[in-house]
Amino acid sequence: MIVPVSYYLVLGAILFSIGVTGVLLRRNAIMVFMSIELMLNAVNLSFVAMSRALDSLDGQVFVFFVMTVAAAEVAVGLALIVAIFRSLGSADVDDAHVLKG
Amino acid sequence: METLLWALLLVPLAGAVVNVLLGRRLPRQVAGWLASGAVALAFLIGVMATLRLLALPAEERAYVTPTLYTWALAGRFEVPVSLLFDQLAAVMVLVVTGVGFLIHVYSVGYMAHEPADYDFRRYFVYLNLFVFSMLLLVLGSNFVLLYAGWELVGLCSYLLISFWYTEPQNAAAGRKAFVVNRVGDFAFALGIFLIWSAFGSVVYADVFEAVGGVAPATLTAITLLLFVGCTGKSAQLPLYVWLPDAMAGPTPVSALIHAATMVTAGVYLIARASALFAAATSTSAIVAWVGVLTALFAATIAIVQVDIKRVLAYSTISQLGYMFLGVGVGAYTAAIFHLVTHAFFKALLFLGAGSVMHAVEHGAHHAGEHVDPQDMRQMGGLWERARWTGITFLVGAAALAGLPLTSGFFSKDEILAGAFLEGHVLLYGVGLLTAFLTATYSFRQFFLVFAGEPRSEAARHAAESPRVMLVPLAVLAVLALGAGLVLGWPPEHGIIHTWLEPAFAVAREGTKAEGGAGLSPMTLLLISSVVALAGAGLAYGAYVRKAVDPAALSVRFRPLYVLLWNRYYVDELYALLFVRPFFGLARFLADVVDKLVIDGAVNGVATVTAGAHALARRLQAGYVRVYALSMVLGALLVLGYLVYWGR
Amino acid sequence: MERFLAQNWTVIQPALFLVFTGLIVLLVDLWLKEEEREWLAYFSLVGFGGAGVIVVRQWLAVRGLETPITGFGGMMVLDTLGLLFQMLFFLVGFLAVLLAPGYLTRRRLQRGEFYALLLFSTAGMSLLAGAQDLIMLFLGIEVLSIPLYILAGFARPRLDSEEASLKYFLLGAFATGFLLYGTALLYGATGTTAFEALRASEAAAAPRENVMFMAGIALLLVGLGFKISMAPFHQWTPDVYEGAPTPVTAFMVAATKAGGMVALIRLLYWGLGPADDVWRPLLGVLAAVTMTWGNVGALLQRNVKRMLAYSSIAHAGYLLIGVLSGGVGFVAVLVYLLIYALTNLGAFGVILLLEDGEREALDIESYRGLARFHPGAALLMSVFLLSLAGFPPTAGFFGKFLLFTAGISAGLTWLVVVAVLNSVLSVFYYARVIVKMYMQEPVETPAFSRSWLVAGALAVAAVGVVLLGLYPTVVVRLITA
Repeated sequence: MIVPVSYYLVLGAILFSIGVTGVLLRRNAIMVFMSIELMLNAVNLSFVAMSRALDSLDGQVFVFFVMTVAAAEVAVGLALIVAIFRSLGSADVDDAHVLKG
Repeated sequence: METLLWALLLVPLAGAVVNVLLGRRLPRQVAGWLASGAVALAFLIGVMATLRLLALPAEERAYVTPTLYTWALAGRFEVPVSLLFDQLAAVMVLVVTGVGFLIHVYSVGYMAHEPADYDFRRYFVYLNLFVFSMLLLVLGSNFVLLYAGWELVGLCSYLLISFWYTEPQNAAAGRKAFVVNRVGDFAFALGIFLIWSAFGSVVYADVFEAVGGVAPATLTAITLLLFVGCTGKSAQLPLYVWLPDAMAGPTPVSALIHAATMVTAGVYLIARASALFAAATSTSAIVAWVGVLTALFAATIAIVQVDIKRVLAYSTISQLGYMFLGVGVGAYTAAIFHLVTHAFFKALLFLGAGSVMHAVEHGAHHAGEHVDPQDMRQMGGLWERARWTGITFLVGAAALAGLPLTSGFFSKDEILAGAFLEGHVLLYGVGLLTAFLTATYSFRQFFLVFAGEPRSEAARHAAESPRVMLVPLAVLAVLALGAGLVLGWPPEHGIIHTWLEPAFAVAREGTKAEGGAGLSPMTLLLISSVVALAGAGLAYGAYVRKAVDPAALSVRFRPLYVLLWNRYYVDELYALLFVRPFFGLARFLADVVDKLVIDGAVNGVATVTAGAHALARRLQAGYVRVYALSMVLGALLVLGYLVYWGR
Repeated sequence: MERFLAQNWTVIQPALFLVFTGLIVLLVDLWLKEEEREWLAYFSLVGFGGAGVIVVRQWLAVRGLETPITGFGGMMVLDTLGLLFQMLFFLVGFLAVLLAPGYLTRRRLQRGEFYALLLFSTAGMSLLAGAQDLIMLFLGIEVLSIPLYILAGFARPRLDSEEASLKYFLLGAFATGFLLYGTALLYGATGTTAFEALRASEAAAAPRENVMFMAGIALLLVGLGFKISMAPFHQWTPDVYEGAPTPVTAFMVAATKAGGMVALIRLLYWGLGPADDVWRPLLGVLAAVTMTWGNVGALLQRNVKRMLAYSSIAHAGYLLIGVLSGGVGFVAVLVYLLIYALTNLGAFGVILLLEDGEREALDIESYRGLARFHPGAALLMSVFLLSLAGFPPTAGFFGKFLLFTAGISAGLTWLVVVAVLNSVLSVFYYARVIVKMYMQEPVETPAFSRSWLVAGALAVAAVGVVLLGLYPTVVVRLITA
């Protein structure tokens, strides 16, 4: 059975929305970050699906770039979260609100 | 000529720079005289340039320097940096540098008591900077240079109003001036953008040449925007509120900036752009009406003020109203004429007021009494104690009142005659009523300060000011007395008319409709004289006679009492029929309209803005997830707009 | 093969030069003692200078060409607009490096990564300047942003710096998600990621027929809007700019905005040009909201850095006018960005002068009576603030004039009216600092540290601000030539 491409796109949209919701609702910085990763992977899924449907390679190339960049972001992000966990004693994003107004 | 004009512009700037760089090493008096010298030099250069202009035939008296360089060039947009020296600019230059020089000299004496050398120097640096900026405003050959000068004079005015910044109210006054002026400048800037988009140039010559080819609606929009700018800078309804507060600055500053020069920049602008304004008839009508109503409004307020400088501040607003009436009805020459005479007599009055304050402060110091040196209720009898100040102040008051043969008489009458002869009888009537009030309040002020007995110990011990202050007063008094006769006689054909008329030739084309209702200029002159004398007479009756205390007299001189009473009966009648209701109205205008409505509107804008600021800060709560939420909401809005509504 | 290399190398030569300099900085850093690390600053100056020389030479070569040089199968272009933007980036980088060493040494933050990250981030901007493909756009933005996430937290373990970094990172990555999803949708709607093909696509010709295309534009604008701190995606700006170490803030204020603007211009005009009736009204409204929100937020701020952050939001709004005007507008944007960068670097330079390792002149009260202690610093600060306010005859006035006239001639009169009103409002908070410096009695002796590097940067900024105000024609001629 061939799954129509629109199914993938809808799944991608749903995953993206779940990611957005996660960013809004989760308080642990790591979980927020994982939600963002989910958004990126939703994008990747859409890219690949479209690439297949359009019969063009550009989308798949793009996915590789996204994965590379996401890896770099993970490296930076986790380091930052560790650093703030050390000085704040918590990884709760709501605890970081010295800067405001 | 080119070198001369650039030198004229740069000499005051050089004065400021030298004072900044060397000031620390110079004795303070030297710093003051250096600044004065720079302005004196500028004046001399101005005279030389004017003489050169005079040597040319009347139609060619407009010299534009070669472009020093072109400023801004993107697409078709160009602003040549060059100076324009014509009849109008010459008049303005001479007034700015001439009166400016006298005020610099006066300041050397007035500021001598400033405790810190630093402040003394700072004062003269600002003052020189102001003269430079004002000259830039007047000499620029296009709207952008004018705007640059316009902003710079505003900045200097702001710095000088808040000069004694340790008093919080002075700082507040400076800020008010700055903010209110920004509103006007905003309209002005828009006006310039519009000029550029309509004419494709901002150079005066190009713009005025092309007036015919632009739609009337555009012209109206442009001129209205420019005029809103003028109402800010020249303190007209409804943006006049900053000027009375601006009196917080040192008195010579009030004389120079807030009476003689900067506030007249709006009049200069309209006169300069007379070709535009003459073509936009509806704007001109608005200008005339705003001018005359401001004149009336401010005059009524001036009548009930007790602060010596505030009376002058409101009278300045009122006189500026006259000038706008003049340019509004097309009497450009008369308006500039009044600008010149007003610069003389108002500078004189302000400097005189400074001298009075100086005298009273001296007395207060002597008597060990604490007195507000600006409160006229604490004065009286200064005629005996400060004779020279008194004489010169009397000359100033007479000129302001427009007593016959003084300078203010000729120029004010010419504006009124202009209105009348152009067929604006109603404008003429309101203007005449204002003239009457002007005479009343100006003599009320003179009598309150100088006549009768001293009403405080400070006034009793008051002493005359030093000579360095009196000499400028004397010079200005001569000018205020004689300038009208010398420049403006005979009416319509005096020196100033033959000099300025060619500059307004374009604007005056076809407007000269002799629609007067059969009254000749001489008759109008006569009417003006009568009105001014009547106003002064009213002040005499109301203030000099009242100075005699009826209660004490009635006890002592019982037989005379009836007689006196009868005399007072006249005054009481005045009071009952005219003065009281009128004063009630004036109070209403001063306390309710001025303080509540207009100040309230200004403050209201501030409150709303501050509220918005508080809201913005509340939204910036510091939580990452709140920011993310606002991004998501924003994204949904953008998505919704493009995907749903946008299609 | 040789030709392939020659052409493709040329296109990314400046970026490569920066990256290599950065790598060498990282490497050399390993052998240096802490007190010797200031030399890395001089070395990175060479990096920025060298990259500058490269782009100037490329610019001289490219100027006369009819068709611009492209590389990597059309993903990058070498045209005058991109090269001019790169010159701007390298100038800003150069000046930002001048500002940094003193501060870093006094705060014991002198580490080689700082300069390397600055160089990397600038390399990202350099890629953005020539981007002709959505992939390049994405890569440029990430290469620009990731080093900045780290730099914002460079003053570790200071909590405000770490917090700034975390916020910037999380929100930045979040925005990247939107940007990518928008890219994916555009790709789905048109089957291409190249700007040229996008522009020629059916969807671009009739955008309203294609939901996916419209949604793609929307999400891309969200992602880019975040980078240029356009409302309502701007909220990270004040927090990050306040918390980041001052030299980093100076760099971000001056450079990131320029990077975002060039990306926006490339995407909107090179990629989505035919669909301009879709994005033009939307961006107009957002520009008005942005400038107003920025100015209102800055109004009564007590922290000078935070005030300048809000003011940078407002300036982003002004700049959008130029972006929307097209043609002459690009020149206006470029000149404005140059002026704005010089002015802000100058202002931050003064802030850095008034710092001694412990105290820093961030609170507006610490400017009280500054004119008595350091008349020079006070004068410079006034000039920069007046320029930000757009006061004649400073450069800021000229910049605004260019932007606003471009807006008027593009028919955006209403937006210009809003912008002029806004600049009226902005004068209030800029003048507040000047009032503090000149018209109030000092309460304490301000912190101060002499530095020739900072003085040099200040001199460049001040001369630029005054010269561009009085005689801007040279620059405009160079740009439009």
